[in-house]
Amino acid sequence: MSHHIVEVKHLQHVYADGTVALQDVSFIIHHGESVAIIGANGAGKSTLLLHLNGYLTANSGEIRIGDFPLTKKTLPEIRRTVGMVFQDADDQLFMPTVFDDVAFGPFNLGLPVDEVKQRVKAVLEQVGAAHLQEKPPYHLSGGEKKRVAIATVLSMSPDILVMDEPTSGLDPFARRQLMGLLRDFQHTKIFTSHDLDMVVELCQRTIVLHQGIVKADGPTLEIFNDDALLAECRLEKPLSMQGCPVCGKGR
Amino acid sequence: MRSIDGAVLDLKRLDLLATADSVIHRLDARAKVLTTLVFIVTVVSFNRYEFTALFPFFIYPVVTASLGNLPGGYIVRKIIMVIPFAFVVGMLNPIFDRELFVRIGPLAITGGWISCASIILRTVLTVGAAFILVGVTGFLSVCEALERLGTPRTFTVQLLFLYRYIFVLTEEGARASRARELRSCGRKGLGLASFGPLIGHLLIRTWLRAERIHMAMLARGFTGEFHSRQVSGFGWRELFYVAGWSAVFLVLRMENGAQWLGRLVTGGLS
Repeated sequence: MSHHIVEVKHLQHVYADGTVALQDVSFIIHHGESVAIIGANGAGKSTLLLHLNGYLTANSGEIRIGDFPLTKKTLPEIRRTVGMVFQDADDQLFMPTVFDDVAFGPFNLGLPVDEVKQRVKAVLEQVGAAHLQEKPPYHLSGGEKKRVAIATVLSMSPDILVMDEPTSGLDPFARRQLMGLLRDFQHTKIFTSHDLDMVVELCQRTIVLHQGIVKADGPTLEIFNDDALLAECRLEKPLSMQGCPVCGKGR
Repeated sequence: MRSIDGAVLDLKRLDLLATADSVIHRLDARAKVLTTLVFIVTVVSFNRYEFTALFPFFIYPVVTASLGNLPGGYIVRKIIMVIPFAFVVGMLNPIFDRELFVRIGPLAITGGWISCASIILRTVLTVGAAFILVGVTGFLSVCEALERLGTPRTFTVQLLFLYRYIFVLTEEGARASRARELRSCGRKGLGLASFGPLIGHLLIRTWLRAERIHMAMLARGFTGEFHSRQVSGFGWRELFYVAGWSAVFLVLRMENGAQWLGRLVTGGLS
């Protein structure tokens, strides 16, 4: 695994009830890139993310992660490579204590207990949650849960970090804290989000999904300056690019 | 729906107690599971009219809980919750079994009452032992121990999922019920009619949520095996623990400990 490319070719997904979630999606994401996938509700973002980790099987098209095509055989390796953080941290945290939760992945990788303990300690420190180690996850605040959920994935040393709505439901301080944390990660990062200001700050590249197809793919600032595109895809400029709502400066 | 939320948190507390450190906690889970099994088998092996001989068996849960630093009040509350179920099982005995068993002054006690009391006492003992086992071991480690003792993995994994599903179901149930309560403005709402769709929704919601949790588990390399951080082996200490308690249970099974103690006291006094 040398360059951790994520390559999606003509991906199509139709749900059992006939809903076409993805019509034809193609893109390539290179090592170290930080990419946002944005779009209106129902544009296919979550479906796309579930494909990157092999939960959903495509009706047609292909996905390659690094040197492997995504197949049943390569699934275990791909799931280690692609760390997935779910939108609702409560779905991700299911063990009695934070420690057990963060240790769940490394144990499944077959690492010895001492190594697991070291890893858990290191990643919890990295996300600033070392003091929560023995707490039960359901007693944590939203921001703490999110950071622990990220730690559960980091403990498996993934190369690619995929996050569904990382900042949703967080207070401004927790959001800032999380963004600082994400900015420092050297991984290839793929986010879906409606928090467009976060996208501007963290992602150099943005892919816009609209009704199951890639409507635009390019530098984030370019995309957010294309008013016609944004309007068509039921999006709007991030607040930080809209100018002052009181005095009108910068409009 | 504070009560449902509260009950779930209370149950989760049992798992948290298992993360503590004590002489009992440090023992290999297999030793504790085996001892509890021997205990349960011995307790249920008594004939149905046995009552007094069961009392000395309280020594096992009491000693284990106190060595494991489990909060007594909490465990007692948990056990009290299951007594009504045991009573339902035994409540017909006094009606059908009217054979006179003991007469204390004017009070005649029939065999039915004795066997009903015996069922309740056995429930308290066995359920108590099981609660304490989880409290000093953790559900995960209990399942792991069962697997290492030869139980098929399919069975232990099912057991673990079932246990997790209790939390998923009750959490979703509490949410749905809260939403209903808030919109029924303190009255009965639509009454029974609203419960049908509510339960249907609950099933689908818990199903979806369980699937998401399963996804999260798969994402972290779950292959049907659970691991715990406790490393322990079955050494002399464990052997001694299992053999020691088994011997105690055997003696208490053969000899009526309560009567023996009674004889000792009355004999000593006379």
